[in-house]
Amino acid sequence: MGAIFRREFGAFFTSSIAYIFLGVFWLFSGYFFYAYCLYNGTTDMSGVFQNMFLICVILIPILTMRLFSEEKKQKTEQGLLTAPVSLGAIVFGKYFAALMLYTIALLMPFVYALILSSFGVVEWGIVFANFLALFLLGAAFIAVGTLVSSLTENQIAAAVVSFVLLMMLYMVDVIGNLIDSTKTLTLLHIGSLKLVFKLKWITDFLSTISFYRKYYAITCGLFNVSTVVFYISVAVLFNYFTIRVFERRRWS
Amino acid sequence: MIEVRNLTKHYGDKRAVNNISFTVEDGEILGFLGPNGAGKSTTMNMLTGYISSSSGQALINGVDILEDPIKAKSYIGYLPELPPLYLDMTVKSYLNYVYDLKKCKLPRRAHLNEVMTLTKISDVSHRLIKNLSKGYKQRVGVAQALIGNPPVLILDEPTVGLDPKQILEIRTLIKKLGKNHTVILSSHILSEIQAVCDRIIIINHGVIAAHDTADNLSKNISTDHRIIARIEGPRDEIVRALRNIEGMKYCRADMEREEGVYEYEMEAEAGADIRRDLFDIAAEHHWPLLGVRSAEMTLEDVFLKITMGEGIVIPNEEDKKLGEQKKGGDN
Repeated sequence: MGAIFRREFGAFFTSSIAYIFLGVFWLFSGYFFYAYCLYNGTTDMSGVFQNMFLICVILIPILTMRLFSEEKKQKTEQGLLTAPVSLGAIVFGKYFAALMLYTIALLMPFVYALILSSFGVVEWGIVFANFLALFLLGAAFIAVGTLVSSLTENQIAAAVVSFVLLMMLYMVDVIGNLIDSTKTLTLLHIGSLKLVFKLKWITDFLSTISFYRKYYAITCGLFNVSTVVFYISVAVLFNYFTIRVFERRRWS
Repeated sequence: MIEVRNLTKHYGDKRAVNNISFTVEDGEILGFLGPNGAGKSTTMNMLTGYISSSSGQALINGVDILEDPIKAKSYIGYLPELPPLYLDMTVKSYLNYVYDLKKCKLPRRAHLNEVMTLTKISDVSHRLIKNLSKGYKQRVGVAQALIGNPPVLILDEPTVGLDPKQILEIRTLIKKLGKNHTVILSSHILSEIQAVCDRIIIINHGVIAAHDTADNLSKNISTDHRIIARIEGPRDEIVRALRNIEGMKYCRADMEREEGVYEYEMEAEAGADIRRDLFDIAAEHHWPLLGVRSAEMTLEDVFLKITMGEGIVIPNEEDKKLGEQKKGGDN
C-alpha cells in the first residue's frame, strides 16, 4: 500500500492536479475568510466552513477523477493487478493519497484561525469541530469519487459523474424541504380499509442520509458522534464498492 | 514451475481459451505461438491472475493463482502486451516504485543497478518514460518484470518494437534467464521462438494445436522428401525429363532465378531417393546443375499449415487425445 500511496501522491503533483486543487481550494477559502471574518470583524468561522461544503462538491471530483480511470486508459492497472498486493491495498493506497492532498488543503483555513486568534478570542473547540467535519466530509466524498473513477476510463466522464452524484447528495436536503411532511398519500381505499403513506417517512429518510444537515449542525457547534460514524461508514462503504468493482471485473 | 490444468475462459458465449493443459519445468523456456486473437494473451492473463479462468487450474510453483493470488503473484515477473509504464515517472523512480510494490527484499541499489544493466537502460535512468523511444520503453517493461528476481517469468511479446540488435540482446538475455527461471514467452515471430525456446506450444482458436520441440514439429509435419534444384537449360524439357524419374511424385518449375536458370521443386515418394537420378539426367543432357537442396519444412511452414490449414492437429504422446490426425491437402 505504501508504494501505491507514494506514487499516487507524487502523480498529483506531476499531473498538476494538485496545484489546481490546492489553488482553487485556497482561493475560495480565502475569499470566504475575507467575506465572513475580516469584513464583519468576527472570529466566528462557521460561515467559512458552511460555504466550503459546495466547494468540496465541485473540487473533489477533480481530485479523484484520474485515480483509476487513467490506470485503465494507460493499461497500467495490469501491472497493479498482477503485483503481489491485495485489491484492498490498491484501493486504499490511492484513496489515502487523495485524502492526504485534501488534508494539506485543509491546513490553510487553520492558518486563518491562527490569524484571527491574534485579533480576538477564537472558540477553538468549534474551530476544531469544523475542521473535523470538513475532513470527514472530504473523506466520504473522495470515496464516492474513487468509486466513480474505477467505473470508467475517461477522466472527464469520471469528474462529471462524481460531480452530479455529490451534487445530488447536496440536493437531498433541498428536496426534503420541498416535501410537505404533514401530508399523507392514500394508496388504497376500500370500504373502511384505508392504506396511507405518510410523506413524513420520505423527509425522515432524506434527512437521515443528508450530508449537509449533519455538516451544518457541526458548523453551528452541535457536535454529534453519530455524524462522525456516518461519514466514516460512507467512506468505508464506497471504498468497499470500489474493491468489489475490481473483483467483479476479474471474474467477468 | 508452472502447471496448467484444463484452463478455460469464456467471454459470454465465446470461448477464448478452451481446455488448455501443459507444464513448464524449472529452467525451461516455453514458446507460445499463435496468430492474433488465438488466446495467447488471455492464457497469460489467467496465469498471472489478471483475469480469472472460467474453469481449470493454474499452479505457479504449486500455488493456485486463484486460491492464494498474492503468494502466487509474488513468484511471477510479468511483462504484459503493453508494458504497464507510468509515463510521468523517470525510469529510476518507476523501477523503485515496482521494487516497493513487489515488496522486494534484495538490496535496493545493487539490485536495481543489476536489472538496469541487464536490460541496458542505465543510460536513460534519469529520463521521463514518456520521452523514451518504443525500444527503450519495451526494455523498461522487461526490467520491471525482472525486479525481485522472480522464479517464473511470463513475457508477452518481449521484443516488439526493438531493432534487430536489441532483439538479439533481449533473446540472449532471455536464454540466459531461462537457465534458472521458468519462462513462458509468446511471440508471433517464429524465428525468435525457434531460437530461444526449448518447447513450443502452437495455440489456435483457443486450443493447443501442437505441442512439441521445434525440431520435432518440423519433422513431424513433413515426412515427405522434398527437393529444390536449380538447373540451367530449357524449362519445359527439363520438367518433362524430371517427371520420368522413378519415384517422382510431382515436379514443377518455379521462378527464373538467373537468366536461363530456373528452380524446380520436386517431391519424391516416401522412401525414394531421387538425387542420383536427378544428377544423371542433368549430366546426360548437359544441363548444368547449379544447386540442390532439400526443402525441409521450416517452422514458418508448420505454423501456417497448422493455423491456416484445415485444423491439422499434430499428435504427440501427451496430446493424442486432442483429436484425430488430419492430413493437409497435397500442398
